Amino acid sequence: MTTPTAAMAAPRLEVQGLSTSFATDAGRIQSVADVSFAIHPGQTLALVGESGSGKSVTSLTLMGLHAKTSQAQVTGQAWFTRRDGRRVDLLALPEAERRALRGNEMAMVFQEPMTSLNPVLTVGEQIFESVRLHLKLDRKAAMAHAQRMLELVEIPAAKQRVHEYPHQLSGGMRQRVMIALAMACSPTLLIADEPTTALDVTIQAQILALMGRLQKETGMSMLFVTHNLGVVAQYADAVAVMYAGRIVESAPVHDLFAQPEHPYTCGLLACLPGVARRHAVAVAGQRPRLVAIPGQVSSPLTPPPGCAFAPRCERRIAACDARMPALSDEGSAGGSRRVRCIRVNEQPIEEVAA
Amino acid sequence: MNAASMAPTPGDNLIEVRGLRKYFGTGPHPVRAVDDVSFAIRRGETLGLVGESGSGKSTIGRLLTRLVDPTAGQMLYHGEGASGQDLAGMSQGQFRPLRSKIQIIFQDPYASLNPRMRIREVLGEALDTHKQARGAARLPRIHELLTQVGLRPEHAERFPHEFSGGQRQRIGIARALAVQPNFIVADEPLSALDVSIQAQVVNLLGDLKEQLGLTLLFISHDLDVVEYLCDRVVVLYLGRVMEIAPTSALYAQPAHPYTRALLAAAPIPDPAQRRTIPLLQGDLPSPANPPSGCVFRTRCPHAVAECASADMALRPVGADHWKACWRDDI
Repeated sequence: MTTPTAAMAAPRLEVQGLSTSFATDAGRIQSVADVSFAIHPGQTLALVGESGSGKSVTSLTLMGLHAKTSQAQVTGQAWFTRRDGRRVDLLALPEAERRALRGNEMAMVFQEPMTSLNPVLTVGEQIFESVRLHLKLDRKAAMAHAQRMLELVEIPAAKQRVHEYPHQLSGGMRQRVMIALAMACSPTLLIADEPTTALDVTIQAQILALMGRLQKETGMSMLFVTHNLGVVAQYADAVAVMYAGRIVESAPVHDLFAQPEHPYTCGLLACLPGVARRHAVAVAGQRPRLVAIPGQVSSPLTPPPGCAFAPRCERRIAACDARMPALSDEGSAGGSRRVRCIRVNEQPIEEVAA
Repeated sequence: MNAASMAPTPGDNLIEVRGLRKYFGTGPHPVRAVDDVSFAIRRGETLGLVGESGSGKSTIGRLLTRLVDPTAGQMLYHGEGASGQDLAGMSQGQFRPLRSKIQIIFQDPYASLNPRMRIREVLGEALDTHKQARGAARLPRIHELLTQVGLRPEHAERFPHEFSGGQRQRIGIARALAVQPNFIVADEPLSALDVSIQAQVVNLLGDLKEQLGLTLLFISHDLDVVEYLCDRVVVLYLGRVMEIAPTSALYAQPAHPYTRALLAAAPIPDPAQRRTIPLLQGDLPSPANPPSGCVFRTRCPHAVAECASADMALRPVGADHWKACWRDDI
């Protein structure tokens, strides 16, 4: 459980023991298991992981956007604090109530703006649709609202752009439209799934600055799903690192980067050329080697018996294969850090990049 | 040939690119994907080619491997014994024997391997095409290649779908190495891979380059990897060269405003170094209708009226360091 300080209201979102599995031809696979985290009002939690770690599935589960055909089975709780102060469990909510929340109090920005926008509607019409439904505005007011939203996301010549189609816009502009669409009903929780991954770095910087500004102005909470540790470091308040469907380490962003404790987090940071360069002492005349994590993620169809990271872990001992370690309680690893590793309190891992 | 195409080319060059252009489409406004680009690649170095989408970096890689034909310009190749064969002027037939010397590694390891061919056939096809390691020597050579890229000989009998992304990229590297090239174009070879796997492939590329004495053109948008892997860097914007410099000089003292903006936009993986980013406003202009004068001026924070008619010639700013910006006061 989280321990909110007196000044802090209830978390905007508090996820407890979230698990999601899907039916595949080869059998049921557990994509997300035992995921717990909390996001406070105005805070950003980054959910970090590589392909297949379950970070996107977590965000889609929270939004309730799984395709029926995948036969998703979801367990756990996700307590969301509504605007009126009521706390509701998103996962237990009837579909009709959930639909009333989605796009309204909680909204989502996707990775690929071209495939998430409707190509046959103008950008104005897409925003219009959402605000007519949730804010009950009349046609004229809704269209004016759509234009205001485009201005809010700093789209130049919003008055003309509101009548343009997605294909007429650049990738960066489309992502701004996606954000305008998500922000249209002033959500209190924004889930952003790799929002800048398809963009160039200079455009990424623009979009991140925009999202930061909107968050500051509105006080919304954000769940930021990404694989980019640079973006996490620059942007998040707290980080949860996922591996093979589970959170392996969560901590405030400064703590996590200053001293990662889970061997996977250590490895992930040591892999970064920028980090390697800062830490590595070049052997005379030789190129410093990146510290690669050997091997690859095991298949979700044949998970290892114990810790999922054990087959790739240099600190593995026999006990690691006995059972999946639990996430440590807050405080046991210092501060609000939580780590899923049986060896974490033995000795600090310092020589990661050496 | 104008002044801009006379880039500096000192030292022992394997490749010299001079005034290279590639226009796509016809009519009054073709897309100028590569527009008067000149640079040299020295024997044994790793040259980084960086830029954003639409900067022309991949097109240059495809021009050098003759996967697309240049509109104008020269690409001089100084192979062993031969002096300055112009790749640009060759027919595909003339270029064919050189293909074993000039190889490419593609971005998408999923799309660049034939799903119906066993790895033995993928690598064997490359050997057959260039009549290397024939007969009894063929299978041992294939096993040797697989070992060289960190795979196992028994992988030869498998199909591409049985491999992960990182392993497929290793196969792509093995295929490029199969015909014993001395120059490899690596076109965003890491973009489709997760970071932990990227590090494995970066180490592999570095090792192979040293062992085999390869010359590498490393095309990437990831500035951190480029800094780590490359000896010198060419920065492109809208089909033009903005800056050429040794890696350490480029990252320590970027001379061109675009390079500075690009470096500043890359997020640093360290929360202690957060910055209020000096934002580059706006989007890339259309390469079919680039701005007059300096192509970067529409987004440049230092642009003045004269930039509209400025010459894009490279100007020296230090040892082996060149920029395409006429303003020396910024």
